[in-house]
Amino acid sequence: MEHRRDLPIQWRSLDPKTPDPRAPMPSQLGDVNRREFLSLMAASLALAGVEGCTPAATLPEKIVPYVQAPEDVLPGRPLHFATAMPFAGYGVGLIVKSHEGRPIKVEGNPRHSASLGATDVFAQASILDLYDPDRAKSVTNRGAISTFGAFVSALSPRLEELQSRDGAGLRFLSGRITSPSEGALIDAILRRFPKADWHQYEPVNDDNARAGSRMAFGRYVDSVYHLDRADVIVSLDSDFLYWGPAHLRHTRDFAARRVFNPADGSGRGMNRLYVLESTPTVTGFKADHRISMSPSKIGELTTAIASRLGVAGAPGQELNEQWFEPMMRDLKSHGSSSIVIAGETQPPFVHALVHAINEKLGNTGHTVEYMEPVEMRPVEQFASLRELAQAMQSGQVDTLIMLDVNPSYSAPADLEFSKNLENVKLRVSHSLYYDETAAACHWHVPKHHYLETWGDVRAYDGSVSIVQPLIVPLYETKSSHEFLSIFLGNPTRSNYDLVREFWVGQYKGEEFESFWEQSLQEGVVQNIALSDPLPASLEASPYRARASRPASPLTRGRITSTTAWTYSPPREGETASAASGGGQFRTPQAPPGPGNLDVLFRPDASVYDGSFANNAWLQELQHPLTHLTWDNAVLIGPKTAHDLHANSEDMVDLVVNGRQITGAVWVIPGQPENVVTVHLGWGRKVSGRNGMERGFNAYALRTSDNPWHATGGRIRKRGEKYKLATTRDHHVTEGRHMVRHMTVDDYAKDAGLIQRETHQPKPDQTMYPAYENIDYAWGMSVDLSRCVGCNACIVACQAENNVPTVGKNEVARGREMHWMRIDTYFEGPAAEPDAYFQPMFCQHCETAPCEYVCPVEATTHSAEGINEMTYNRCIGTRYCSNNCPYKVRRFNFFQYAAWDIPSLKLLYNPDVTVRSRGVMEKCTYCIQRINRTRIDALKADRKIQDGEVLTACQQACPANALVFGNLLDENSRVRKLKSEPRNYGVLAEYNTRPRTTYLAALKNPNPEIAGFETAQHNNG
Amino acid sequence: MGDQNTVAVYTPPAERPYPGPHWITEKIGSLVLTPHTPIEWIVVFGAVFTGTLVLLFAIVWLLYSGIGIWGVNIPVAWGFAIVNFVWWIGIGHAGTLISAILLLLHQAWRQSINRFAEAMTLFAVTCAGLFPLIHLGRPWFFYWIAPYPNTMGLWPQWRSPLVWDMFAVGTYFTISLVFWYIGLIPDLATFRDRAKHRLTQVVYGMMAMGWRGSAYHWQQYEEAYLLLAGLATPLVVSVHTVVSFDFTIAIIPGWHSTIFPPYFVAGAIYSGFAMVLTLAIPLRKIYRLQEFITMRHLDNMAKLMLATGIIVTYSYIDEAFIAFYSGNPYERYEIVNRLFGLYGWMYWLLVATNLVIPQLMWSSRARKSVAAIFLVALSVDLGMWLERFVIVVVSLHRDFLPSAWNMYYATIWDWATLLGSIALFVTLFLLFFRFLPPISIFEMKKILHKPEVSARA
Repeated sequence: MEHRRDLPIQWRSLDPKTPDPRAPMPSQLGDVNRREFLSLMAASLALAGVEGCTPAATLPEKIVPYVQAPEDVLPGRPLHFATAMPFAGYGVGLIVKSHEGRPIKVEGNPRHSASLGATDVFAQASILDLYDPDRAKSVTNRGAISTFGAFVSALSPRLEELQSRDGAGLRFLSGRITSPSEGALIDAILRRFPKADWHQYEPVNDDNARAGSRMAFGRYVDSVYHLDRADVIVSLDSDFLYWGPAHLRHTRDFAARRVFNPADGSGRGMNRLYVLESTPTVTGFKADHRISMSPSKIGELTTAIASRLGVAGAPGQELNEQWFEPMMRDLKSHGSSSIVIAGETQPPFVHALVHAINEKLGNTGHTVEYMEPVEMRPVEQFASLRELAQAMQSGQVDTLIMLDVNPSYSAPADLEFSKNLENVKLRVSHSLYYDETAAACHWHVPKHHYLETWGDVRAYDGSVSIVQPLIVPLYETKSSHEFLSIFLGNPTRSNYDLVREFWVGQYKGEEFESFWEQSLQEGVVQNIALSDPLPASLEASPYRARASRPASPLTRGRITSTTAWTYSPPREGETASAASGGGQFRTPQAPPGPGNLDVLFRPDASVYDGSFANNAWLQELQHPLTHLTWDNAVLIGPKTAHDLHANSEDMVDLVVNGRQITGAVWVIPGQPENVVTVHLGWGRKVSGRNGMERGFNAYALRTSDNPWHATGGRIRKRGEKYKLATTRDHHVTEGRHMVRHMTVDDYAKDAGLIQRETHQPKPDQTMYPAYENIDYAWGMSVDLSRCVGCNACIVACQAENNVPTVGKNEVARGREMHWMRIDTYFEGPAAEPDAYFQPMFCQHCETAPCEYVCPVEATTHSAEGINEMTYNRCIGTRYCSNNCPYKVRRFNFFQYAAWDIPSLKLLYNPDVTVRSRGVMEKCTYCIQRINRTRIDALKADRKIQDGEVLTACQQACPANALVFGNLLDENSRVRKLKSEPRNYGVLAEYNTRPRTTYLAALKNPNPEIAGFETAQHNNG
Repeated sequence: MGDQNTVAVYTPPAERPYPGPHWITEKIGSLVLTPHTPIEWIVVFGAVFTGTLVLLFAIVWLLYSGIGIWGVNIPVAWGFAIVNFVWWIGIGHAGTLISAILLLLHQAWRQSINRFAEAMTLFAVTCAGLFPLIHLGRPWFFYWIAPYPNTMGLWPQWRSPLVWDMFAVGTYFTISLVFWYIGLIPDLATFRDRAKHRLTQVVYGMMAMGWRGSAYHWQQYEEAYLLLAGLATPLVVSVHTVVSFDFTIAIIPGWHSTIFPPYFVAGAIYSGFAMVLTLAIPLRKIYRLQEFITMRHLDNMAKLMLATGIIVTYSYIDEAFIAFYSGNPYERYEIVNRLFGLYGWMYWLLVATNLVIPQLMWSSRARKSVAAIFLVALSVDLGMWLERFVIVVVSLHRDFLPSAWNMYYATIWDWATLLGSIALFVTLFLLFFRFLPPISIFEMKKILHKPEVSARA
């Protein structure tokens, strides 16, 4: 229902009692003489006028339904639209749910190769950014509110003047651009200003991979991994399950190979993952063999692998590790179904060697393929930024336009970007938030959120999606296309026109409209004939790719055969990219020690590079391994902590090469000795209410020549303490078996072991008769073998169910509200532990301990097996939480839900109650989704089919670890999973009869590697 | 037994013969029917009334802000509030035991202490009753626990111990109030008759409900009193049993233990006698009531305290033993955590205050020392509070899944509410002392008036 404020005043009230001045006088008045008649008319008119004059607050505001409803909109029924989210430039296809014209939930697009229906934490949380009350809402001029028109007027003379000198002194700085339409605009701008330059910088970029591919192939290439075809995976410091534009696909493919069902014996068997890494990661803890070492040692290791395989030019290197030979044998015996992946944080020579290694193993063309870079203008970005900084320093830049970057905050410290920025006479920034860079600029033009904008974006494999808006822009923002058109002299072109026009130009077929509609509906542009792109301008800058430009970037990435790319060892003297540690195959460094720590910089699992610092969902989301919220920390390993006499929450100074920051220590198991990890994206100085001054700024230590790995670090204790808020701080299993795991070999030999050790009492061992489920018996299965601990389910649940955030102090008190949590349990020695992830949420016990203790029956059991929570009946005794052995219930200790921030009210899912203070809440198996589907099924006179109801967590999970369904349906997926021998219920011996059961995690250790910390079966 | 009781109550020194029943009325009545409020009373009252105001403020702030101002979290969703609740209810039990059970057992020595012990029960239950109310997340809906005709068409959920609590505590409060009030009536009539000022006469007159002291009245009175005693007697056992069900019905290790009902009842009587002693000893000193509350009384109460303390000790040992004997790893861990975990210091303090120090009462020399008895009483007061804390908080803070483990730290509001409730208790007590007879006048007369006849209630 909308309130029509645009109607003329006299229609404001449709109250029949108010006399319409134009209506004929009612005849009940009887005989009226002329004088009375006129005075009555005057009174009515006066009333009508008065009505219009009185303040709106006293007027009855009648709302009317649509007279002409927008097409398809039925209040109460959501619509779904396909779009794509640009994350660090790369696209992830999405389907967004929209209620009455406002998007409220993000899901993956099953048709999109980078999503396959799944999403990650950033995509899920991006919806909160749309409604963030701290977003930049209007153009600002030196901090004062201004208008877009004023900006254009101020810029026009400068642009004219610049054009007269062909753009000399004009520089652009943006993030990664994969959008073809934006790329075309940029090309047009650079044609208009031939002497201008376009720089690109992302704090988390792939310079090392680029330089490595250039070393190997003489040109930039993008690698595409097919993990579904890989039997053996070796990761060299690559967190490929969590990071990278293809990580959702990697997770899907990897997890699909982590299962083994002895019953059907089908499939190709379980894969095996070796991870050699320098800091604990999510990928590392999924490994069957995880070995941690300092980063330089990984380089040595790569050389050893290469030399063992006979890669030409690789110097001989021997490694004295017990696991090396078995791993090499494993790799060789699985040639062409193995893969070695190098992490971005490794120097270019490692990447180059890995290309060679994969070729030697025969993997190229099978598990790894190469393609033209997806980016419009691939460059090595640290070098690009350095060039810009140097140009600014020498005064060559008088106009700098920055799009979607925050270099005042995130530029490497050695470039002194902020200082050099002062030399630029006109500085303009275009971004979503008013950030540090905006504060340093003359003009800040706020940007559309991707859910408000038209555009296009490419995924990791080159496939294109058109980005379409879900909502009219909330504020006075502009899209990138609109902003860029200013520089082409067309400031008033609309976003839609610009994008559409580009595609009209590209499409060569007959029916553009049906192509356009189909692309928008499906969320992916199909492989169709397109005309050639506009030539990109190339300059002979040393850091640009010397190779040929992309042939046809607008089609889905074409995989070229391997013969075009053969590894050739780099010539002597050829310098590697400046973004590496220099040197060819050796990175000569002193071995790390307590006075010479290796300091690693990593993107943060929640705020990424700082872009998400104001997103409360991400701030409160626990780090997958440390479980820290609202802060980052200086991560050190247990032995290093012991040597330095430092404990968690001690404040320390971290000094690297003369630069120093202050932060709090956190001890993390699995961190190699004398290695310190800090996460980027914290310590923001200009941000919204959630991002300001949280954590400490690791960018202050980062340099452009060693952006991922600095040496010579020192830690000095300050003697103070700093409270860090974690959601859980007990990660040891204490000999309990809530997380069960076994090796796949043991499982193949004795599949029944898990069942035998789960002491599930017999069905009749209960006082009360069992509930009879007639049509549906809902249940869920969680596969611990597939779950990688990425946390996407937590944020998806938060978005779907209006779960509030509570802030750091409350998290520290133990009151976080997440309905789902991921428990991380470490087993084994603290230096080299195994870790297991267990999503934990309401188990919907058939004999629920919470139900019989509630004095007001606020929690009851439905006829379909759901443990229901009736918020309106709850008086908050909290007995149910005390009696829940899983502790999955959450209580509103304060009024956590934001009831009075207008933009956040738009975000709430109208199908789910927003809870008040004093009320208990918990996972409901997304009962609102079940109900909606049930209604649809009833209308269609059928039952709910398997797979029709997807809980929010299930839908988000890239690993397909969570499966929900009807246990009474013999063919349902969940029933099949529950019948697997490795199925068990947590705390089943307490006869709670949980409907959520778990599939034990399987590990596939190499039997030749003995005495290693492999996943031995935990004996009861 | 009766002779011993009579003799024990009052032994007139040879040179001072028993003055007669007027003396009793004078002595006790003068505490109340005096226009002159002792300055000490005013000072102490000022202090504790301030404490009561602190409690009021704490409650108002709580209702305004939410439960979050306390230290509770998930998993420790019950903290000080429930500890205080159980502590206060337990304290109340001694009063009822003295009033009702000792009455039925013909223990005449109870006469001098039963009035203020009953008052103690009443005020303790009042303080206790506050907590289940204010600790609710939405306390304005507290009445949904009661079965009343409502538009939702819902009964309370009968299987929940909190509903049983409501009945048990509600019954306890009602019976205690009625019992206490009925017992007061003859004395109120005495005050009505002896009052000098018109207002005092009217007020006591209304409260006395027309008591004339006729034989008929006395007959009715004795019957009613006996009946009420009979009603109140099972409450001594049932109320705290039901309160213990709050814990035993749950599945949490440390709570799910069948020894809780007798253990709690014994503990309640233990703490109750400790509180009676804590009140009686200063009372008899300040108001010079040593002839009424004699060493024999203190001696008996100390013995009762010791006896219940031994039952409590047995329960602790039983809990620990059964936990190990059960083989249940969660139960075993709970006991180990209780003893040696992060709250372990509280457990050992509890052992010291509840088990070790009260063993002093074996010694008859110690029982003759008022200071020793007072010390032990205070120790048990603290110890019983610690016991409830250990049961409630320590069991919750580490239960089944280690990922849910967390600490409980009390906040300033937790402390304000606890200390405020103690202040409320003392305030009510001081008011009681000022306006109502702390010792039952007519019952004392019954014993002392005919010293040669063994007193039978």
